[in-house]
Amino acid sequence: MTEPRKTAPGSGPGTVRIERPAVEFLRMYARNWAAVAGFLVFSTIVFAALFAPLILAVDPFEMVWMPFTPPGQDGYVFGTDNLGRDMLTAIVYGARATLVVGASAAALTIVIGLTIGSLAGYYRGWVDEVLMRITEFFQVLPPLLLAMVLVALFSPTLPTVAIAIGVVTWTGVARLARAEFMRIRELEFVKAARSIGSRDRRIIWRVILPNALPPLIVNAALTVGIAILFEAALSFLGLSDPNVMSWGKLIGDNRDYLLDAPWTVTIPGVAIFLTVLAVSLIGDGLNDAFNPRLRER
Amino acid sequence: MLLAVIVFNFILLSLVPGDIADTLAGESGGASEEVMADIRRTYGLDRPFHIQLATYVGKVVQGDLGTSYYFNMPVTELILGRVGPTLLLVVTALVLAILIGTLFGVIASRRPNGLFSHFVTVLALVGFSAPVFWTAFLLIVLFVAILEIMPLSGLVDPTTPRGALAWYLDVLHHMFLPVLSLSSIYLAAYSRLARASMMDVLGSDYIRTARAKGLGETAVTYKHALRNAVIPVITIAGLQFSHIFSGAVVVETVFTWPGLGTLAFESILRGDTPTIMGILFFSAMIVIVVNLLTDLAYRLADPRIRSARNA
Amino acid sequence: MNAAAPLLEVEGLEVEFSTRQGTARVLDGVALSLEPGRTLGIVGESGCGKSMTALSIMRLVPEPPGRIGAGAVRLNGEDLLQASEKRMREVRGKDISMIFQEPMTSLNPVYSIGDQIAETVRLHEGLSRRESLEWAIEMLKAVHIPAAERRVREFPHQMSGGMRQRVMIAMALACRPSVLIADEPTTALDVTVQAQVFDLLKELQEKTGTAIVLISHDMGAIAEMADRVMVMYAGRIVEEAATEEILESPRHPYTRGLIACVPHMEEKPPPERAALTEIPGVVPALTDIGAGCAFAPRCARATDLCRRAAPPSFETGEDRRTACWLYGEAGAA
Repeated sequence: MTEPRKTAPGSGPGTVRIERPAVEFLRMYARNWAAVAGFLVFSTIVFAALFAPLILAVDPFEMVWMPFTPPGQDGYVFGTDNLGRDMLTAIVYGARATLVVGASAAALTIVIGLTIGSLAGYYRGWVDEVLMRITEFFQVLPPLLLAMVLVALFSPTLPTVAIAIGVVTWTGVARLARAEFMRIRELEFVKAARSIGSRDRRIIWRVILPNALPPLIVNAALTVGIAILFEAALSFLGLSDPNVMSWGKLIGDNRDYLLDAPWTVTIPGVAIFLTVLAVSLIGDGLNDAFNPRLRER
Repeated sequence: MLLAVIVFNFILLSLVPGDIADTLAGESGGASEEVMADIRRTYGLDRPFHIQLATYVGKVVQGDLGTSYYFNMPVTELILGRVGPTLLLVVTALVLAILIGTLFGVIASRRPNGLFSHFVTVLALVGFSAPVFWTAFLLIVLFVAILEIMPLSGLVDPTTPRGALAWYLDVLHHMFLPVLSLSSIYLAAYSRLARASMMDVLGSDYIRTARAKGLGETAVTYKHALRNAVIPVITIAGLQFSHIFSGAVVVETVFTWPGLGTLAFESILRGDTPTIMGILFFSAMIVIVVNLLTDLAYRLADPRIRSARNA
Repeated sequence: MNAAAPLLEVEGLEVEFSTRQGTARVLDGVALSLEPGRTLGIVGESGCGKSMTALSIMRLVPEPPGRIGAGAVRLNGEDLLQASEKRMREVRGKDISMIFQEPMTSLNPVYSIGDQIAETVRLHEGLSRRESLEWAIEMLKAVHIPAAERRVREFPHQMSGGMRQRVMIAMALACRPSVLIADEPTTALDVTVQAQVFDLLKELQEKTGTAIVLISHDMGAIAEMADRVMVMYAGRIVEEAATEEILESPRHPYTRGLIACVPHMEEKPPPERAALTEIPGVVPALTDIGAGCAFAPRCARATDLCRRAAPPSFETGEDRRTACWLYGEAGAA
């Protein structure tokens, strides 16, 4: 109950709570070199996306050179694609769409999932029954197919894409949050809080949530990874904003030339792969840092 | 649950700005208000919401998913013609992923700090992080462009005579890359899961009992441990079936595999709403059936689940 | 009783575990001997090495982190520590079998109890599936499980703890082993069920002549079952004698403490409820035992000598040994 409340749900090792455990936590995290590498790669990508226009003053859609210039030739590090666009510029600008959609979709996923899961796990009974039916309903629909339908039926813009991804991926978070809330609400300190007459809202937010956070934060990292993969798949299929450059779109645009100019497809793929890999390494690192004992297995 | 899907579909449709009349009118290059009203009457769009809903539900229950705008044929018929290749792809990939993934997990669990165990951990990370279409393209570059031993796309070479043994072999040949692409993600995930679950089980009291009985490590691992360790794998596989189905949409598109995924994708591009909704409904139905089968498998594997399970 | 040849003999057994804090010697010079049809009790607090002794006899110490460093475990004269792993598998379950503390988790949840009993017989006796299942039913009858024909098909989760421990006993005795190691067989059970299980073990021992190693932290249980008692502390045997002698005249200060801890039911309760006695302090971590006697820090009668050097075992009576300096001078004199 003395849990400090300065906790924002989100990823990254910055969301640690109190002073000394934070140091301990960072040390645990730093001992995992893969997680540190993941964090560095991810930071680099975020940095590149933030300062894209300063680094490369070219429109990613602009034709700059002969189509299908191989990487390294004529000063084009990553080559050019089927429309003679600079791949490097496209990759750097593509990071923006990918990260923005990925992050906002993941945030939406967590908000929906956490709300439904915590309510179901805390109140149980009919609330749980109803909310879990809804969750099961969304689990039955193939998520990518539903996201495609949503984007197609409404409009192919970035907000729609982010919302569609959020709508189809929250069930995992909901289940996790529900399980955690069900477990924690039976623990002694929650009973103690209830016995001194704390209100439900206070118990949910101040008592249970801080204790349920570690697995949720780890899951949030995975959620970001999943959201990025969904965004990539949707834009690959051409179901995203046609006026925004993204990695998936780059692959989709060039897929027919795969065998002649493989770099046009592989390089954006590597970008997606590295980003998601970095995010999941961060997730693994957080997980290990939260549960130091597990590592000794 | 299915009813919920139907209602959801309908509500989704009615939320969409514009209606069938607009779409049809748009295709024929504009139409007068009269014609529009006529079309709306034909499709029952002039009636109140709840009547429309009831009509829609009634039709779907009878197996009538409407008519495809594009093919101008019943959606049900269209779907039934395409469902075979999709199931072939998805089920093969799923079964392979479970079998090989569990095997990998078991081998890794026997030496938790061994080389293979680390390989499984890395594989799981890579499998999770690689977008499935990219994996597919890499496989194409390797097997089609460099090794030149695999066909690029399709279900079967159109020149192969249908029904002959050669035809089945050709389908197998064409299946290889799509199945590999699709199963790679899940293979990675299941091997990690099976590894964790095996290590958990190997530390349990009944494994000590089995050893104290005089059983060898092989019998302990494959008889006593594996059967317990596979239960969470089955559970997760069942829960994730809708995800595999999603992955199939992408993989089918990449390999122009003539299944539901390609149909869904093309229908979305054509704005063929009844077909899209039909596929959404149909795939939900398949997922529900698979979940029931998983439950059954779960019961066979775990005798503790006799009473109703709270999933 | 000394006339009978020892069936199981353990000598100078040493087991080490490597942990992050260093190497812990969990067994140090453990020796025991057991004649056919007799019961040896091993008693001590948790963590004293009782269970490790049992696992070492079966050669089931998890390696790594554990390692059997030295010693011998002789069954009918054959040193099991030198035997091949294949030979050990023949011994386990056939010559020596074991039952464990947790009947709830010691049975595999996904196989029927009949299968699990039959598996042992099939493995060691080469019976067919059908014969072995029939034998499983016989064994269930022998451990007094009602409706054995029906229950043989049931799964562990359908049975109570006491029933499961009966199943474990049936499984352990299915091949008529000459030694049964019972590691805290009743600790997880209700008191009334405990008595039933002990009665059952005694009854089966009379019928089959199996020798039993009974491991328990409960002096009462040992007193009821065992012919001889070994008291263990921090990986060593501190006292060993016939059961009556230990109960009547415990020598080692630790044994005295253990016996003082057992509440005496038969006596009239004193007007004021006597406080339960306890031994002060806790068992030391095995990684920081110095050169002296491991019990010295908790011992009221410890001397400088105790803190400096670990005492060897002294003969303190007929067939009776105590590892304590208090008896060293007396024994030497």
